[in-house]
Amino acid sequence: MIISIASGKGGTGKTTVATNLALSIDSDVRLIDCDVEEPNAHLFIRPIFNKTETVYTSVPEVDLKKCNQCGQCGDICQFKAIVVIADTVLTFPELCHSCGGCMAVCPEGAVTETGRELGVVRQGYRNGLEFIHGELRVGEAMSPPLIRAVRSFSWPEKLTIIDAPPGTSCPVIAAMKDTDFVLLVTEPTPFGLYDLKLAVGAVQALNIPSGLVINRSDIGDHKVQAYANEIGLPILMEIPFDRRIAEAYSKGEMIVDTMPWLKDAFLKLYRDIKVLVES
Amino acid sequence: MKELVVISGKGGTGKTSLMAAFASLAKNKVLCDADVDAADLHLITAPTLRERHAFQGGHTAIIDQEKCTRCGVCQDLCKWSAIGDDFEIDPIACEGCGVCFYLCPEQAVDFPLNTCGEWFISDTAFGPMVHARLGIAEENSGKLVSLVRRKARELAESKHLDIILTDGPPGVGCPVIAAVGGASGVLIVTEPTVSGKHDMERVVQLAAHFKIPAMICVNKFDLNLDQTNAIEGFAEENNASCLGRIPFDPIFTKSMVQGQNIFEYDKASETGKAVKQLWDKIREKIGC
Repeated sequence: MIISIASGKGGTGKTTVATNLALSIDSDVRLIDCDVEEPNAHLFIRPIFNKTETVYTSVPEVDLKKCNQCGQCGDICQFKAIVVIADTVLTFPELCHSCGGCMAVCPEGAVTETGRELGVVRQGYRNGLEFIHGELRVGEAMSPPLIRAVRSFSWPEKLTIIDAPPGTSCPVIAAMKDTDFVLLVTEPTPFGLYDLKLAVGAVQALNIPSGLVINRSDIGDHKVQAYANEIGLPILMEIPFDRRIAEAYSKGEMIVDTMPWLKDAFLKLYRDIKVLVES
Repeated sequence: MKELVVISGKGGTGKTSLMAAFASLAKNKVLCDADVDAADLHLITAPTLRERHAFQGGHTAIIDQEKCTRCGVCQDLCKWSAIGDDFEIDPIACEGCGVCFYLCPEQAVDFPLNTCGEWFISDTAFGPMVHARLGIAEENSGKLVSLVRRKARELAESKHLDIILTDGPPGVGCPVIAAVGGASGVLIVTEPTVSGKHDMERVVQLAAHFKIPAMICVNKFDLNLDQTNAIEGFAEENNASCLGRIPFDPIFTKSMVQGQNIFEYDKASETGKAVKQLWDKIREKIGC
């Protein structure tokens, strides 16, 4: 089973839920942090990393001796990453989406693959928990290919928990697509509600079953609860605001260590998700 | 003309709440919401729509089943596994690269422009505002960010306004890179937590990479003073100016629930004073 944890709005507690859920289960579980722009789960899990791999994406390299300046590479490229100007070819690797179009279309075989560094994928563990995350190179724009590289470590035979990035566009879709369940995390405020609605739209577009965790459940108003009830989104957990939780989080401590009763609540959350996925 | 872009790395640190407060303090400005993925500024500024435009960011491929001979060339070429066994294209997986369209031997693929969002020019009680909504599960957020910023600039020029206040997206990827290029300065709003500090370090590096002057503000600073000091230490070592500290104050949530910024909610709060001081320092720094 693969559970992805997402939210439209950032800072609602995705990582808190993902890490504490994973650590509460603590066996046959793999936690994958797909928020490659700003990965944070490792700050709380503190895994022992034992493998780091640099991930590249394929970008074109042109052999000017073979090139006849026909311009087909520039015509096919939708991203302005390759262009023929006078008797030379310019490439802009940072704009390239690695579709391979220029290589496929070149009649002279003058375009070949080279790599652009996207970032790294690290593997590690903490007790019975396997941990994987990706870290986008600062200055790199495209996170989805790195997210897909991190996602390739999913372990559907056992349990995989995916910590997704915020938002509703391509990076989130790359993290949620083909997962068995999306656990949405929000807070009961106007921003939390508005962005939750967007996230629900993304989950519906992918047609994945979902449930909701309301974090800091007593800070705002009751409109998130009312909305969830109205659309039939099951509220699986509510975590009230507690300054001790906020302080523990600020230090990188796990909230199940600060407030041990929460461990049972996370285990119950897991059981409830299993029931929803199996039904 | 100056443009201040508010970013954070980590989401939920208070970018939009602070931006909404600055809207009450800045004179002669255009507001610009460049967090097109999850735009929230309008929930406080209550815009009245003046103009509404479709955003066409790219193309999506569609196979004409009548013409398709199921030869499989497109499936072999597609790097996104977007073409199913039934030769239907999954529009969510389609990157809009056009490879199937250009290379189909039967010319059975159509490649129409895709409307993937909307952008708006509005009036608010604080001044004009440019904002947008990217369609759910759509690509091209960076292009839409660049578009709203360009429109905000045009609006400021035509109305002779001095400053653009741009609310940026979280992260360090495509939309953030599109949001910071050419800005007069970025204000990085962070919080004193391990993740707030980690993510702030990455956006400070990003600002340095693109040579944009970076300013730092620690929101909820009293949650963890050690982290606040560590953040300010890192910032100073990396040429980012520390301009202020904002206390952990429920006024931000209370005012948001009312659809107000903190000054509309309470003219004389202590937190409001800290925000005012922060704003004065930003003005001094970017020269407006």
